[in-house]
Amino acid sequence: MARYLARRLGQAALVVAGVIALTFVVTRLVPGDPAVAYAGPKASPAELAAARARFGLDDSVPAQLLAYVRDLLSGDWGTSLHTRRPVALDLATAFPASLELVGAALLAAVVIGVPVGGLAARHRGRGPDLGVRVCSVLAVSVPVFWLALAVQTVFASNLGWFPVAGEYDNALDATSPLHVYTNITVVDAAITGNWPMLTSTLSHLVLPALVVAAYPAGLIAQMTRAALIEEAGHDHARMARALGFGETAVLTRFALRPALNPVLSLIALVFAYSVVNGFLVEAVFNWPGLGRYAADSIRSLDTPAIAGVTLLVALLYVLANLVVDLFQGVIDPRARAR
Amino acid sequence: MTTLALRRTPLRRLGDLARADVLAAVGLVVLVLIVLAALLAPWIAPYPDDGGAATHPAEALLPPGGDHWFGTDQVGRDVLSRVLFGARTSLFIAAAVLVVAAVAGVALGVVAGYAGGWARDVIMRITDVFLAFPALLLSLALAVVLQPSVTTVVVAIAVTWWPWYARLTASVAASVGRRGYIDAARCLGVPAPLIIVRHVLPNSLTPVLVQLSLDGGGVILTAAALSYLGLGAHEPTAEWGLMVEQGQTLFTTDWWVVTFPGLAILVTAFAFNVLGEGLRASLDPHRRPR
Repeated sequence: MARYLARRLGQAALVVAGVIALTFVVTRLVPGDPAVAYAGPKASPAELAAARARFGLDDSVPAQLLAYVRDLLSGDWGTSLHTRRPVALDLATAFPASLELVGAALLAAVVIGVPVGGLAARHRGRGPDLGVRVCSVLAVSVPVFWLALAVQTVFASNLGWFPVAGEYDNALDATSPLHVYTNITVVDAAITGNWPMLTSTLSHLVLPALVVAAYPAGLIAQMTRAALIEEAGHDHARMARALGFGETAVLTRFALRPALNPVLSLIALVFAYSVVNGFLVEAVFNWPGLGRYAADSIRSLDTPAIAGVTLLVALLYVLANLVVDLFQGVIDPRARAR
Repeated sequence: MTTLALRRTPLRRLGDLARADVLAAVGLVVLVLIVLAALLAPWIAPYPDDGGAATHPAEALLPPGGDHWFGTDQVGRDVLSRVLFGARTSLFIAAAVLVVAAVAGVALGVVAGYAGGWARDVIMRITDVFLAFPALLLSLALAVVLQPSVTTVVVAIAVTWWPWYARLTASVAASVGRRGYIDAARCLGVPAPLIIVRHVLPNSLTPVLVQLSLDGGGVILTAAALSYLGLGAHEPTAEWGLMVEQGQTLFTTDWWVVTFPGLAILVTAFAFNVLGEGLRASLDPHRRPR
């Protein structure tokens, strides 16, 4: 296990190095001069030279890469061109909101996807199975920004069941201000017992979280169904059948637990994907997360901010992958051989 | 002999597919219709000029009716015509991305898989790096730094997509490379490049075909998302993601402007996905349980 751990950590470090290098290359592809973008169109030559020196644009490319890595490691992720604040600070305030949204979405995806996949496996090849298959493929095929707009129009604007946009009712900032500990509003409101804030955030969370949940829920339903059917064909399940357990009991009491293993690793893998999918949903629901930050950065061609978001999500993905592999290595010795 | 088998079996298997998997057959039919619509758009669109820069301010935002089945948009263009022309943009992007990604990925993958050793390690570590970025994220970053256009979308998505093909082909080519007929060719003194092109490549392509179909939907969704964010096609090009973006503030009052392009994306992605799943089930014996 120690050797597996060392090898896997080494691989992850290699990927992180590559991710940083690739992000660096992408940021250097910018056609315009970042110094001009920072100093503004009316800058004097002296101001421009100062900006160039500030970003190290006069150094050689390897020197710039080295400086980039050194800055990243010391927590300096650059300065955003549009908020004029350190990118690391911007990310630290935006990321918790995205985490809140994606966390709620993945929770909803499991709660919906697993039972639905189980239903399909139980009635394999019959009506419910076909229905689940159609719905799950629809869920992974729907353009998420369009679904967000449709859901917002129907359930918020027309029916008025849920708030249209935002993370919570802004009037609450005056009446019941939030003490910030984790920056995740739901958690902060819950641990400080701020009920008006908690209920407001939860009601704002429902629609965007369900929209982000569509894709992972579809995948989880398909994966649960396939894993359950495979497990139900194994000898232990036939044994249970021979002992007189009904088909539903075989699936829920014997096949479900081993079948959940691949589903759990799937959740970790769709996590980073859902964060990015959440970008589009955040833009529609004006959710103050990474996506809105990225959208603002795109509009102002804010390369340091885009690079920061890209790097953060890629690192999350590497981390999620590592956790899944190590977890599987612990519970399944065969996985260590790969 | 192997090439002959490859040419014949997919067709025959499509027949099996229609009988065994109704949903996949529906996907195939829908996809054929969408391709036809894209090819014939200038002739079947009720108002062919509306696929481009035409404006008819007097007819702006008419609801769906006899003259305009899908209604008209903010500048009076027929939404049905634009949805039909949008199929051209989306299918062109999907085809271009998948050709570039598959050619680059398969070429690298077949070398990695057959050669093994350090070549495999280097290529696989490079794919690891690319795969650490969710496709939309890396193409988003690329599209920001390049100029927004359809070409940018194709380049940005292809750059993020090829590693999947490299990985897939590498694993298949590695197992093909261990088969008896490869050993036989090697014993006969056939040079390695010829073995790769003549024997390993054709026998590694089936999973790639399945993956191409499954990825069609993903590429179309990613391209639409980029256009929605303003990083892809721009006015007056008819593109579904862009049409949703342009009409999004009108959803509560003039639903048809946003609804039909969105449905077009959904139906196309759905058709690719069910067809790909059906192909995978029928061509890949290891995944039969579906």
